[in-house]
Amino acid sequence: MEIAGYPLRRLRARIVEGIDPPLLAIALALSLLGLAVLYSASYGNATRVATQLANLAVALAAMWAVAQVSPQRLARLALPAYAAGLALLVAVALGGEVVNGARRWLNLGIVRFQPSEMMKIAAPMMLAWYFHRREGAIRLRDFAVAGLLLAMPVALILRQPDLGTATLVAAAGFYVIFFAGIGWKVLASLGVLALASAVPLWGLLHEYQRRRILTMLDPSQDPLGAGYHTIQSTIAVGSGGLAGKGWLNGSQTHLEFIPERHTDFIFAVYSEEFGLLGNIVLLALYALLIARGLAIAAQAATLFARLLAGAITLVFFTYAFVNMGMVSGILPVVGVPLPFISYGGTALATLFLGIGILMGIHRHRKLVQT
Amino acid sequence: MSFAELRNYDRELRAFQLRLGVAGLAVLLAFGLLLARFVWLQVLQHDAYSAKAEENRIAIVPLPPSRGLVLDRNGEVLARNYLAYTLEIFPAQVRDFEGTIAELSAFVDIQPRDRARFRKLLQETRNAESLPIRTRLSDEEVARIAANRWRFTGVDIKARLFRQYPHGETASHVLGYIGRITSSDLDQLEEMEVAANYRGTDYIGRAGIEASYQQELHGVTGVERVEIDAAGRGVRTLPPTTPPQAGNNIRLTLDIRLQEVAERAFGERRGALVAIEPATGDVLAFVSMPGYDPNLFVDGIDPQSWEALMNSPDRPLNNRALAGLYPPGSTFKPFMALAALELGKRTPQSTISDPGYFVFGDRRFRDSKRGGHGTVDLHKSIVVSSDVYYYMLANDLGIDAIASFMKRFGFGARTGIDLEGEAAGVLPSPEWKRARFSRPELQKWYAGETISIGIGQGYNAYTPLQLTQALATLANNGAMFRPRLVSHVDNPRTGARRYLEPQLTRQLQLKPEHVAFVKKAMAGVTLEGTARWAFAGAQYTSGGKTGTAQVVAMKAGEKYEEDKVAERLRDHSLYIAFAPLEGPKIALAVLVENGGFGARTAAPIARTVLDYFLLGKLPREPRRPTPEVAVSADAQGD
Repeated sequence: MEIAGYPLRRLRARIVEGIDPPLLAIALALSLLGLAVLYSASYGNATRVATQLANLAVALAAMWAVAQVSPQRLARLALPAYAAGLALLVAVALGGEVVNGARRWLNLGIVRFQPSEMMKIAAPMMLAWYFHRREGAIRLRDFAVAGLLLAMPVALILRQPDLGTATLVAAAGFYVIFFAGIGWKVLASLGVLALASAVPLWGLLHEYQRRRILTMLDPSQDPLGAGYHTIQSTIAVGSGGLAGKGWLNGSQTHLEFIPERHTDFIFAVYSEEFGLLGNIVLLALYALLIARGLAIAAQAATLFARLLAGAITLVFFTYAFVNMGMVSGILPVVGVPLPFISYGGTALATLFLGIGILMGIHRHRKLVQT
Repeated sequence: MSFAELRNYDRELRAFQLRLGVAGLAVLLAFGLLLARFVWLQVLQHDAYSAKAEENRIAIVPLPPSRGLVLDRNGEVLARNYLAYTLEIFPAQVRDFEGTIAELSAFVDIQPRDRARFRKLLQETRNAESLPIRTRLSDEEVARIAANRWRFTGVDIKARLFRQYPHGETASHVLGYIGRITSSDLDQLEEMEVAANYRGTDYIGRAGIEASYQQELHGVTGVERVEIDAAGRGVRTLPPTTPPQAGNNIRLTLDIRLQEVAERAFGERRGALVAIEPATGDVLAFVSMPGYDPNLFVDGIDPQSWEALMNSPDRPLNNRALAGLYPPGSTFKPFMALAALELGKRTPQSTISDPGYFVFGDRRFRDSKRGGHGTVDLHKSIVVSSDVYYYMLANDLGIDAIASFMKRFGFGARTGIDLEGEAAGVLPSPEWKRARFSRPELQKWYAGETISIGIGQGYNAYTPLQLTQALATLANNGAMFRPRLVSHVDNPRTGARRYLEPQLTRQLQLKPEHVAFVKKAMAGVTLEGTARWAFAGAQYTSGGKTGTAQVVAMKAGEKYEEDKVAERLRDHSLYIAFAPLEGPKIALAVLVENGGFGARTAAPIARTVLDYFLLGKLPREPRRPTPEVAVSADAQGD
C-alpha cells in the first residue's frame, strides 16, 4: 500500500492540522460524560442519546472548520457578523415570530432561527476587533463605545425576553472590556453604580424574570414552576452524598422529580448519581478547560486574538458556574445549559464553535503581524 | 516598530497577562464557592436531604383541568368531554415493553393498532408519566385488570377525560382536532412560559377552533400533594389541594343545522362553502368537503387511519374553504362591473356587440357561448355572463386599475378569520408577477394576460372564504367585517360571559346607485339569467352569480367539452349568492371541485342552503345530495 499510503498520510495530517489535542480531549471527555448522564436521564432509552451523538458529530465538524481559520481572517468577519446579528435582532423585534409571549425566533421559511444565539460569539468578536483597531491608543472613551456596542444587542435580547442568553452575551462582552484593560477604578465605580441601579432596573425586568428571582429567594412560591425545579434539584444534589447513588440509580431522577432533566437540570441527575466526588471531577474538567483557554489567550499573537480567546474561555466558565449555581440553589433559574453536557444541538454547536476559535488562535500564535 | 512602541507593547502584554491571572483567580474562587455549596449539601446536610429523598417523597401531582366545550350559535354542543378508563404503562418503571404488553393482552384485548399507537407515543412524548396502551376499557376489562393488578409493575388503570365530537364529520374543518402533546409542543409551551400549566395535560389543539382557541379552552391546572412509596405509587393525598379550573366554553357563530344541510347538499362531491352574515362577519356555515372524523384523533390517531387520511386522493385534511386557492371564474364579473362604474369606464347605458369572440393582437378570446350574446349592456353582461364584455372591459381598465380596485375588496389578502392556516391567495398585478418569478422573461406582464383576468381566470386565485368576504362586503354596501367564528367565551365556573365584538375592518366608499345596480343585475341572474333554473320558484329574493373555473388551460380556439375530459380535470363549479335582496342576512360562496358549469352543481347547493336558512325548509330527501339541474345550452354561457 505504498502508493495509497502517501496521500492517506497527507489526508490524516490535513485533518489533525490545527486541532489542539488537550482542548479536544477535555471537550470530548465532557461530552462523553454528558452522553452517559443523558442515557440515565432518559431512563435507558437510547434514542435521545443517539440524537445527541449526531449533534456532537455536527458540532465537531463545525469546530474543525473554524479551527482552520486564522484570527486575522476571523477579525475581518467581526464587523459583518456583528452588523448582521444586530440587524437580525432588530428584525426579530419588529417582525419576529412570537412563540406566544417571547419574540425570539426569525422564520426564514424552512428554518426558524434564533439570532441571539449567534451574538454569543459575534458580540465579543466585534468588541475585540474594535479594541484591536484602537491598539496602543485605547482611552476611556473607547470603553464607552465598546459598552454601547454591547448594550445594543443585550437590550434587544433582554426585550425578547430571554434572560439567559442576555446574561451570556453581556458577560462575553464584559470580559473583552475587562481584558482590554479598563481601569480598576472605573471598574469599581461601575460596580457601585450597578448596585445602585438595581432598584430602577427591577422595574425594567419582565414579570417572569422578577418571578424567577423571587422564586430563588422563596422556592415554595411557585411549586409547579421554577420553584419546584429548585426544591427538587437541591434535594437531588444533597441526597447524592459523597459518592452518589450510582449511575442509573438516582431516585429523584428516576421517580421523575426532576423536570427538564435532559437539558438545563441535567446537573441534578449527574450530581445525584455521582455525588461530591463526581462534582469534583466535573469542576476539575471545567477548570482544565478554562486553564487551557487562558494559556492560549496568553500566547496569542494579536490583541484581537488575545481578547477573543480570553472572553470565550470565560464564557465557558460562566455557562458552567451559572448552571451549577442554579441547580444547587445559589443562583436564580435562568435558561443556561451545562456546557457540553446538556441535551441540545444549538448550544453544543455554539460551544464547539468557541473551541474551534480557540484552536485557530492557538495554531496561528506565532504569526507575526507586519 | 520603534523601541518606545515595543516597550509600550510589552507593558500592555504584561498588563493583559496580569488580568488573565486575575480572571483565573476569580474562576478558582467561584468554583471554590460551588465546591463549598456541594460540600454543604452533599456532606454536611446529606442526611437531611437523604431523608427528604427517601422517606418523605411528596409528589406534587398536577390536576389537569377539563377542556372547555365548543357550542354552536344555538347552544348545541359540538365538542365535549366524557370520562373513560384507560390502561396505562409507566415508561419509567417498565424495561421490557413488549413483554409487558404480551402479558397484558391475556386480560384485555390489545390490537396491533393499539401497539402501533403506543410505540408512536413512546417516540413522540418526553417526560410522560404514563402512556395509554388501551383506551376506553369496558367495565369487564377494568374488573379483570383490577383483579390481576398485583402481577404487574408500572401498569395502572386511569380515569381520563376524553374529547368527543358528537356530530362526527360535520364541521370537522371548523372544530379541528386535538392531538397528544409532543416534544416540540413542550418546547413551544416552555418558550411561552406556560409549561407548568400544562403539567398533567396530554392533549393540545392541533387544528381549527381547538387550536386557535387552545388558551381559552385549556383552563388552569390544579395541584395535589401525594405521598408516594418507593415504587412511585401514591399512598395518600395531603392537604392543601388546589382544585383545577375548567377551560372556558367557546360559543361559535356557526349554525350546526345549516352546516349539516350544506354538507349534505354536497353529497360525495368535493368542494367548499362559506356563508357569512354581512352585517357582522359572523360565519354561519363553513364547509370543506370531504371532512374527516375528529373523534379519530382523541386518543392519539393510529398510524393506519392517519395514513388513510394522508393518502386519500380527496385530501380530506385540506381545509379547502380556508386554504384552497381557486380562480373565481365568472363570479368575478359583478366586482368587475362595479369597478367599471366606480372608475367611470362604463355607464349602464353603453353597449357592446358580442360576436362570440374578442380579438386581441393575434389572439382570439372565445366567449363560452358560441355565436355570442349579440348586443350586451352592463346589466345583461352579468345576467347572461358575457365573456366578451369583460374581455373588453379588462382591456379598457388595465391591470393596475383592476388590481387596486379588487384589493379594496380583500382579494389576495388573508381575511384574518380566527382559524390558523389561512392562505393569502393571488391578486395578479405586474408587481406580483415581478416578485413571483425570477426569470426576466416570466416577470414581464403581457397586456394579453389582462384579458382573461377580466373573467376571473388567469393568475386569479382566491380562497372561498375571501370570495365570500368580498361578496358580503358588496351585500353590505361596502362595510367589510372580519369573518369570525366565535361570538363569545363563557367561564363555566363564574358564569362570566365575554363578548368578542364584530370587527369592522374597512368601509369602502362606493356610490350607492352603483352598488344597487350590480345587486339588481345579480338578482336578474336568478330570475332570467344563468341561475334561473336553480332558483325557479324561490319564495325570497336573492342575488347571485354563476362561475366556472378552468382546471386545465384551453388552447386558443379550442372548445371545452365536458364529456371528453377526465373527472379530475373538469372545471370547478362556483356560485355566489346573497339574500334577501333588501337587507341581506346571508352571503355565501359555493365551490364544487370538478363540478362543471356553475349553474349545474354549485347553484343548486346554494339554493338548498338559502331555502333552509330563510324558510327553514329542509331538502325533501335529506340523505340524498342535491340533484343536478338540467342546463340548456345557452345557460352554459357563464
